[in-house]
Amino acid sequence: MSSFWSGWIIVLTIGHLIALIVLLRWNMKNYTDVAEGDNMGHEFDGISELNNPLPKWWTYLFWICLGWAFLYLALYPGLGNFQGLLGWSSSNQDVRSLEESEQARLQAIEDGQIVQYDRERARAEDVYGPIFAQYASMSIEDIADDSEALRIGQRLFLQNCAQCHGSDARGGIGFPNLTDGVFNWGHNPADIKTTIMGGREAAMPAFGEQLGEQGIREMAAYVLSLSGRNVDRELARAGETQFAVCAACHGMDGKGTPAMGAPDLTNNVWLYGGSQRAVEETLRHGRNGVMPRWDSILGEDKVQILSGYIYSLNN
Amino acid sequence: MSQTIPQNTEYNFKVVKQFTVMTIIWGIVGMAVGVLIAAQLVWPALNFDIPYLTYSRLRPLHTNAVIFAFGTSALFATAYYVVQKTCQVRLFSDKLAAFTFWGWQAVIVAAVITLPLGMTTSKEYAELEWPVSILIAVVWIAFLIVFFGTLAIRRTSHIYVANWFYGAFIIAVAMLHIGNNLAIPVSFTKSYSIYSGAVDAMMQWWYGHNAVGFLLTAGFLGMMYYFVPKQAERPVYSYRLSVVHFWALISIYIWAGPHHLHYTALPDWAQSVGMVMSVVLFVPSWGGMINGIMTLSGAWHKLRTDPILRFLIVSLSFYGMSTFEGPMMAIKSVNALSHYTDWTIGHVHSGALGWVAMISIGAIYHLIPVLFDRDRMYSVKMINTHFWLHTIGVVLYIVAMWISGVMQGLMWRAVNSDGTLTYSFVESLEASYPFYFVRFLGGVFVVAGMLLMAFNTYKTIRSDKVRASEPLPAAQSV
Repeated sequence: MSSFWSGWIIVLTIGHLIALIVLLRWNMKNYTDVAEGDNMGHEFDGISELNNPLPKWWTYLFWICLGWAFLYLALYPGLGNFQGLLGWSSSNQDVRSLEESEQARLQAIEDGQIVQYDRERARAEDVYGPIFAQYASMSIEDIADDSEALRIGQRLFLQNCAQCHGSDARGGIGFPNLTDGVFNWGHNPADIKTTIMGGREAAMPAFGEQLGEQGIREMAAYVLSLSGRNVDRELARAGETQFAVCAACHGMDGKGTPAMGAPDLTNNVWLYGGSQRAVEETLRHGRNGVMPRWDSILGEDKVQILSGYIYSLNN
Repeated sequence: MSQTIPQNTEYNFKVVKQFTVMTIIWGIVGMAVGVLIAAQLVWPALNFDIPYLTYSRLRPLHTNAVIFAFGTSALFATAYYVVQKTCQVRLFSDKLAAFTFWGWQAVIVAAVITLPLGMTTSKEYAELEWPVSILIAVVWIAFLIVFFGTLAIRRTSHIYVANWFYGAFIIAVAMLHIGNNLAIPVSFTKSYSIYSGAVDAMMQWWYGHNAVGFLLTAGFLGMMYYFVPKQAERPVYSYRLSVVHFWALISIYIWAGPHHLHYTALPDWAQSVGMVMSVVLFVPSWGGMINGIMTLSGAWHKLRTDPILRFLIVSLSFYGMSTFEGPMMAIKSVNALSHYTDWTIGHVHSGALGWVAMISIGAIYHLIPVLFDRDRMYSVKMINTHFWLHTIGVVLYIVAMWISGVMQGLMWRAVNSDGTLTYSFVESLEASYPFYFVRFLGGVFVVAGMLLMAFNTYKTIRSDKVRASEPLPAAQSV
């Protein structure tokens, strides 16, 4: 904030509080020419007004609140750029990246500032960190056999993952079911952990223009046939002739490529719906599924436990 | 020095009558929609899978209907009445006054149509799209001209305190509405705010909280300052208290908006200043309550026999309660628990149903016989029944929301021994169900009372008992 605006805020705030003091003091004295308790002498539609003094207790309350206002504004940030005597802030401001956030955190510690958010995080880390750390050295398979670890894993899941994958982990349209043993990016414990840590960005390109409407219908029929679904054989045969385009990612046999997240097309599991229409839609416009990365949010210890929990749902 | 005192016939009561009757009708509509959406929270199937009846579209309809149709109609009616009676002069312009009535009804009808259709700016309490928003601005400026024009031609030497509050409310709402609704239209039904990010949020709550501060507080304090002394037939307790609390209230309120944005991307300094001012605001807010309740000194016995006065005084008690609660909730550490929970909903309704609705209802029961030349309302007993229906309804509503709000706040922050959250969101929702039912029940009580009021009003207006003599003491010249 420029020093002009900072000054503007300070003058308005302090000026206002002082004006309130003047207003209160002025009205605590009887400045009217009418004795206290008497009628003010003007009448409006039969209503007159008495010149009673301000209730004492009410004026005390006013003084207390005004005094507290000055005290608070001296201690905490409020008066423009003035940081307050406590050096308190709610969080590091003007931060644009995780690196900047970390720098600001260290700087604040060095300067002896109280950053409430950082302090709360540090406190949580002190109290809860050791609980998660004890599982960090366990293998994901072992965690999947440890009932206490699984309880923690489930809570982490409900808090962080259930929003997309559902509280029963069965997912929904566009959000993978995590209980059916099908993992587009690999089902090994290490694959699961990599997915959670770094996130995934799937890219199924749009083929609407390349294949045309007829081509889309044929390809959808062929793709469905790979899972043994009943389809129009002629459409499917026509689709098969074009399948080379798809095979680049999904493989000639359609069994997918976990390394690039290309789904297996033969297991009758459909992330975006398995009707002829839904598959056509996928082909026509493509799909761009995103799994966010959790390493910087949860940290590796928690991801280790979560991986064990997900693994346990399938094994 | 003597002056002729205008008789009632010389005032423009037509527009007052129109707004008064519409207040009751829109009150029933707005509150009934509220009851419907309260029921939807208990039984979600009640939206019948019809998009126009979904919670998301009816909720803004409810808030717009009760604030702008019910509350603001009551303010129009009483401001026009009070300014004439206390300035002893007819309205500055009958034509402009008529324009404000029909213009305001057009705004409300437009809201009733566009909001269920899903047209919205998505700004809370400012959802109406730009064509309606412009109409609001035009009508409001007409209101401003009529009101201040009438003050300018007044026949009294001073301006009565009720008019200070009405005046402040009219000016501030014009400023807030125009400031927050600045937008760039992209089509006839869609526009985008000129503000973005944290600035947008700040503008929105500068508007949002001062809609509460000026429309729902200052405006209704104006109403209070006329109808309480009038109904109690007692002088206002303290002129000097009204001076301090008026200037302190209107000057501090304008700062309080940031307390809606604690622990957000809003800079720390703005949050602190908003919180400090919100807490200081507690004192001038109570100034109004003290002045109203102390006006009853020496006339407390009237509460036993006069249900209209009971409405007015209980409304002041709710006002005192919610203006204590508000500053407390504005304190950051309390807000950390209360924010986003039903506690906020409870707080709003103790203000809206307890303060705003009760003072309006009391004022209208006082007004109807005067406006339609009757001795009194058709049935005083019904007023009494209405009082109890309303009071029970409000208490059920706010107690349910307090409990469910604190419970939600505690459930959301509860953690297990490993630091993970104890409850998922849906568990806190499930736990809230019984309280949602109680809230619905409270709403039913309130609407039942409003229906009784409509019936009582209808019978009063339709009865042919014209009052024999002027029962109220005639105004005396200054």
